[in-house]
Amino acid sequence: MAEIKNYSLNFGPQHPAAHGVLRLVLELDGEVVQRADPHIGLLHRATEKLAEHKTYIQSLPYMDRLDYVSMMCNEHAYCLAIEKLLGLEVPERAQYIRVMFSEITRLLNHLMWLGSHGNDCGSSTILIYTFREREDLFDMYEAVSGARMHAAYFRPGGVYRDLPDSMPQYKVSKIKNAKALEAMNQNRQGSLLDFIDDFTRRFPSCVDEYETLLTDNRIWKQRTVGIGVVPPERALNLGMTGPMLRGSGIAWDLRKTQPYDVYDRVDFDVPVGKTGDCYDRYLVRVQEMRESNRIIKQCVDWLRANPGPVITDNHKIAPPARESMKANMEELIHHFKLFTEGFRVPEGEAYAAVEHPKGEFGIYIVSDGANKPYRLKIRAPGFAHLATLDEMARGHMIADAVAIIGTMDIVFGEIDR
Amino acid sequence: MMSAFAIRPEKLKDNIAAALGSRFREINVALDEVTVVVAVSDYVEAMQLLRDAEGCRFEQLVDLCGVDYSSYGDVPNEGARYCVVSHLLSVSLNQRVRVKVFCADDDFPMVPSVAELWNSANWYEREAFDLFGIVFDGHNDLRRILTDYGFIGHPFRKDFPLSGHVEMRYDAEQKRVVYEPVSIEPREITPRIIREEKYGGLH
Repeated sequence: MAEIKNYSLNFGPQHPAAHGVLRLVLELDGEVVQRADPHIGLLHRATEKLAEHKTYIQSLPYMDRLDYVSMMCNEHAYCLAIEKLLGLEVPERAQYIRVMFSEITRLLNHLMWLGSHGNDCGSSTILIYTFREREDLFDMYEAVSGARMHAAYFRPGGVYRDLPDSMPQYKVSKIKNAKALEAMNQNRQGSLLDFIDDFTRRFPSCVDEYETLLTDNRIWKQRTVGIGVVPPERALNLGMTGPMLRGSGIAWDLRKTQPYDVYDRVDFDVPVGKTGDCYDRYLVRVQEMRESNRIIKQCVDWLRANPGPVITDNHKIAPPARESMKANMEELIHHFKLFTEGFRVPEGEAYAAVEHPKGEFGIYIVSDGANKPYRLKIRAPGFAHLATLDEMARGHMIADAVAIIGTMDIVFGEIDR
Repeated sequence: MMSAFAIRPEKLKDNIAAALGSRFREINVALDEVTVVVAVSDYVEAMQLLRDAEGCRFEQLVDLCGVDYSSYGDVPNEGARYCVVSHLLSVSLNQRVRVKVFCADDDFPMVPSVAELWNSANWYEREAFDLFGIVFDGHNDLRRILTDYGFIGHPFRKDFPLSGHVEMRYDAEQKRVVYEPVSIEPREITPRIIREEKYGGLH
């Protein structure tokens, strides 16, 4: 009797659908996956060890680069953990700005997810459509921090700077003539808040476009309905959070159950799925985009009406304004100590988690009273989700394994850290 | 801010202490978080009770990590060196707890595995093994997860240098990637310092 061995396939680190660097060793019986063994660590940058050698503010930009498609949410968790240890109060305007930018980040992430997942499953159109909206969101990031992607905008104590009064305008160049320019600059005539407001008015129709393309599409349904079904108890035991958990029917959203910043004051709904397959998770994320739009609109309205400080006035933590630094001896000393030694965090440990677009993103800091963390652990939602790939992909075919990796919203920056 | 739990931390501490009975070393509340320290011998039982008992119901293991306490406070450490810290979450009761277990032996740190209780612990324990060298007894697949395939050492230990021991480059003559001892010198940009309580005087 001939012994039949499974065929081992290397869904190698370089693959357009491997979402970064994933080496997935698949054991196949024909086309059906018998076992999936993800090999990760190809993007391991030892962020946690580096953070032990850097002051708290020096490792803030590392947080951006963890999940590099949802930058400010990572910073948010980091800042919340530090503020918890310090017992620091964040001004209200800063909290609203943080919530607004967290939701803008959620849109960035879900648009990227939708584009790449759709592209993996065959629709390259959706990729182009979603990236068009991302351009406007990047412009919002750039207006407020100077960088399109890695903003380093949230700081312990608030945010770095207040929102600008004007938006950068398109200029005439070889590929843009003055007439086209007028149309392109139309929504940039006011402040950043006007630009965001205009975006929130446009965005629901964009989501309608994406839904027209995919939601009732026969091919999309055949690719995603019934694929990667996770029953709710298994989802909890496997450590799934965020849309993965809500797609299986468990109504758990940290913004509602353990609210932070001003999430308890904005009005939004949380979509919950029924069957726990890829299609439900798709619907959950698309609806989350619409809800994020609602939240952003409410924040814009509040921010228009309420000026105020955007960072704590405790200058042992947050740097003073440059004018007062140059005029005042105490502020000069604060500035000097902050930028040479950094602020000290009292001894203790804290865990702070946010409802990151991918799930629960937590930061666990152990401090021994120094100006650098003793241990910084990053709890990435993608790490727990990718571990479930073996259980989710068994019995499916290779193409379904691609769909499952896509639905888990895998970004290697946070998995490997 | 982050304090709208369904239960007050003090009450949660009492519930957990009641559920665990005598199976913990200490339990305290700080910064609105409950932390339980257990002994290695009680670890699996305590974790099972935390998952299943009435006032606990921690269905999710959110995080599990290793900590190396050898240079805590910049003084040589007298207590146990390695600690395994787990964060548990109860979705049904909206509560969180942190469980710490110190490894008995500094030279061969070993702790039972909880991967059978919560499958999410699988990869987290592999990671703690890879980066700290903590062995999880009963884990069915304890191999490296984040470091390179032939990597020697446990990088997140405090005695492992930040730039590591080896670096790799492509050698044009041998036409392959070679590993060589590290050529950069360690450098300190901002010194690590713990100031005394009333540093700066006035306050």
